[in-house]
Parts: sequence; C-alpha cells; structure tokens
Amino acid sequence: MTDDVAIHAQGLHKRFGDLEVLKSVDLTVRSGEVVVIMGPSGSGKTTLLRCLNLLEEPDAGSITVRGRTVSCSGPRQSRGRRRLIRDIRVRTAMVFQQFNLFPHMTALQNVIEGPIHVRRLPRSYAIEVGERLLARVGLTDKRDEHPARLSGGQKQRVAIARALAMEPEVILFDEPTSALDPELRAEVLQAIKNLAAHGMTMVIVTHEIAFAREVANRVVFMDKGYILEEQSPSVFFSNPANTRIRSFLRLMSDSGPHPELEEAS
Amino acid sequence: MDLLAQSVPILLKGMAITIFLGVTSFVLGFGLGGLIALARISRFTLLKALAIVYVSVFRGTPLLIQIMLVYFGLPQLGIQMSPVPSAILTFTLYSAAYLSENFRGGILAVEKGQWEAAGSMGMTYSRTLRRVVFPQALRIATPAIGNRFIALMKDTSLASVVTVVELTRVAESVGSSTFRYVEAFVVAGAVYWLINSVLSVGQEVLERRMGRAYA
Ligand SMILES: Nc1ncnc2c1ncn2[C@@H]1O[C@H](COP(=O)(O)OP(=O)(O)O)[C@@H](O)[C@H]1O
Ligand SMILES: [Mg+2]
Repeated sequence: MTDDVAIHAQGLHKRFGDLEVLKSVDLTVRSGEVVVIMGPSGSGKTTLLRCLNLLEEPDAGSITVRGRTVSCSGPRQSRGRRRLIRDIRVRTAMVFQQFNLFPHMTALQNVIEGPIHVRRLPRSYAIEVGERLLARVGLTDKRDEHPARLSGGQKQRVAIARALAMEPEVILFDEPTSALDPELRAEVLQAIKNLAAHGMTMVIVTHEIAFAREVANRVVFMDKGYILEEQSPSVFFSNPANTRIRSFLRLMSDSGPHPELEEAS
Repeated sequence: MDLLAQSVPILLKGMAITIFLGVTSFVLGFGLGGLIALARISRFTLLKALAIVYVSVFRGTPLLIQIMLVYFGLPQLGIQMSPVPSAILTFTLYSAAYLSENFRGGILAVEKGQWEAAGSMGMTYSRTLRRVVFPQALRIATPAIGNRFIALMKDTSLASVVTVVELTRVAESVGSSTFRYVEAFVVAGAVYWLINSVLSVGQEVLERRMGRAYA
C-alpha cells in the first residue's frame, strides 16, 4: 500500500437483516483515479458507496483513507473510533442522487456549511473559497438563491461545489444524474468531467455509458453483492468478458438509462 | 355602562396578567419541550422512557387538576410558592408536554437525506441537529406550535381558581360587584379573542416568512 492510494476497502461485508448486500468486496482507488461503478439495480452499488464513506457501517472489513484505517470487526463504540469515522467522512465527500441540499440555506451557505462548521475554517476564507467553487460549477449568479429556486441540474452542481469545499480525498457520486430530466444531465456530467480533468479522485455510480467511457480510468461491475469485473473502459465496453456484463450493457444501450427503475432501490 | 367603565383599569391589569402568564409559560414550555423532544429521540433508553412517561402524564390528565396539585401539593412538600409562579410552573410543564410532541413531529418529518448529507461531511450529531434539522423541524412545526400558544392563552383562565387575578377572575369580581355578569364576561371574552387574533396574525406572518425560502 503506497501513499498514492486514496481509498482502500478490504473484505467489506454488509447485510440488512437476512439480506446479504455486500459479500466480501475489495476496492482500491488511487489518487487522481476515476472509478465508475456499474451494475444492475439492487446489486449493492449504493451500499458500497455508503460504506466507503462510513455512512453505513460494514459488518466486516476495513476502510483505509490516506493511511487511516477503520476496522469493522473489533470493538465499535470507543470515542477514538468515532472520531476516526468522522475523519474519514470528512475526507470522503458524497454527492447524492436526490442532491440533499439544505433547503433552508442559500447555495453559498450550503457550500460553506462544512468548511465553517466541520473544518473550522474562518468564515471569510470559507466564503472566498465557496464563491470560487460556485464559479467553477458555473453558478456564481445563484449564490444567494435557495435550493427551491434552482433547477435539478443547478442543485446537483451546488452539491458538487459543497463536496469540493470539504477538500476531500475522494468524491463519491451515487447516480448523480438519475433524478434529472435528460436535458439537464449534460451540465452535471460536464461539471464532473471538469473535475476529472483537474485530477480529482472520484468513484461514480452511473448508467451513463458514453460518460463512463470518456471519464473512467477503470470500470467496476457489481452484481449481487460482488465485484464481478474490474476493467479499463475500452475493454469493458467493447469486449466484455462476462455474459452478465454483456446482457447488462445490451439492456442499457437498447433503452438508455432507466432512472425510474433505479428509483426502486 | 359607567359601572363597567370604572372597571377598565382593573380589566387592563387582568389582561396584563393573562398575557404575562401565557407568554412566560409559553417561552419556558418551549425550552423545556425542546429538551423533552431531544430526550424522546435520543438513543438512551432511560431518557426516552422518562420523556414518554412525562408526556403521557401531562397530556393525559386535566389541566385543572395539575393546577390544583401544584398549588396545594407543593406547599405540603415544603415548597412555598405564590399563586402566579405556581400557575406559571403548571402551564410550563403542561405546554412543554404538547410542544415536545410538536417538535418531535417536526424533527421526524425532516428528510433522512438531510441527516445523511450532514453525516457524510463528518458533522457531529449535535451539530447536525442544530444546523440542519432544527431549522427545518421548527418550520414544519410552526403551525402546530402557534396553535399551542393560542390554546395556552385561553387555558390561563384556569389560573383564576387558584386566586390569580387574571382576566377571567377580574371578570368574575367585576360581575359580582356590579351584578353585570354577562357584560363582564363578554368583555373578558372579547379581550381573549383580541389577544389571540394578534397571535394568529403573528403566526401567519411567521409562517409566510419561514416558508419563503422553500417556495
Ligand atoms: N437500509 C436498508 N435496509 C434494508 N435493505 C436495504 C437497505 N439499503 C439497501 N437495502 C437493500 O440492499 C440491496 C442493495 O441496495 P443498493 O445498495 O441500494 O443497490 P443499488 O444501489 O446497486 O441499486 C437492495 O436489495 C436494497 O433493497
Ligand atoms: Mg443505488
């Protein structure tokens, strides 16, 4: 394990009651790498992302972010461990399918909330950075709008700026465009591509094949709680080894992404 | 009518006491209700159980009996209290039970994604409550809380039975000294109605202001 590993997950298991959702998942993401996760609905993609951020505690396995490891087999409730978990959450930002912006705050307030109240940065500095980040996602003029006044695409771009403001080691995207009307997807995908061009480390669950081809360094295919395949996008999309992947890709490209189907998960 | 006109100063004083009782008990009950709501949603079983019992007792017994018990009961325990503080104490305990349920409803109505967004950026539980959940919960609960305030204003008339000279008791004494009971109670009722009309308008303004960001 060299220090250019941004996040390393080992032997992750997660069950909800009787349902085993992750069955021994290993994943390593190097700094600057963009990993796209694909797979049928219910295969455990969201759960994996949530475990990487420790929003969900795995039942077994460990997560290492920048050399700091949280193990999920030992004792759970120590103060030190809780702090470590928080530390890892700070370093792994999440962008949600449903945006989850804070509705009582303006766009800028959403962006500076974490820097001020979690990272304890001075307010004036946080505002300066926040404005720069809003500019970066093209929303300078929406600085003082509340989320209710923004389109879905604008909301998701604010959410991306909010994630960036934490200066995370890695950003985890859970189907960032699935809740958007087709005509609003491009602006969000473009914002993510810009981050990739700037070397941001990202793990992205998406069904956007063209986007994945363009942006991914590696595609991970999940099925029934396992990682079935890890491959470069060129091989993954052009010459998939596994028949499960082939039928999945056929389904996807036949009919385009199905956000409404995904919604069920 | 001149007899009643002579009673205006004392009626005004009664009105002042009524407002004082209502506002003070509401503010204190608001704070206590918030704490009870926190206990109710906490993961500490004992706190939670205490909160549940508290709410159940104060919602499940008549306010008049609570007033009597505090007024006559505390002195027996060696705690001397004059009528006004005693009444305020009861109204506070009583409205805290209801307000805590309003708060809890508001907190539970905040989307799960809000907790997750805050948690995923490493916010602590208490900070998530303060910065993310409470502001939204308060907005959701504002109509219910406003209704509680108005109900409490009317409930303060029960303090008259423990000798607090608030509006209702003033009306009684004016009525008995002038034998114009009906007029006295009509006036008192009108004053309650006036106070609560002002509160209603305030509630509406508040709701509109809080809802503005969400429109
Ligand atoms: N909190 C939960 N409680 C119970 N079951 C859950 C929970 N979260 C997810 N699941 C179940 O776990 C499985 C995997 O879900 P998810 O990780 O959301 O898959 P994906 O994102 O690939 O569609 C699904 O069957 C889902 O119903
Ligand atoms: Mg999902």
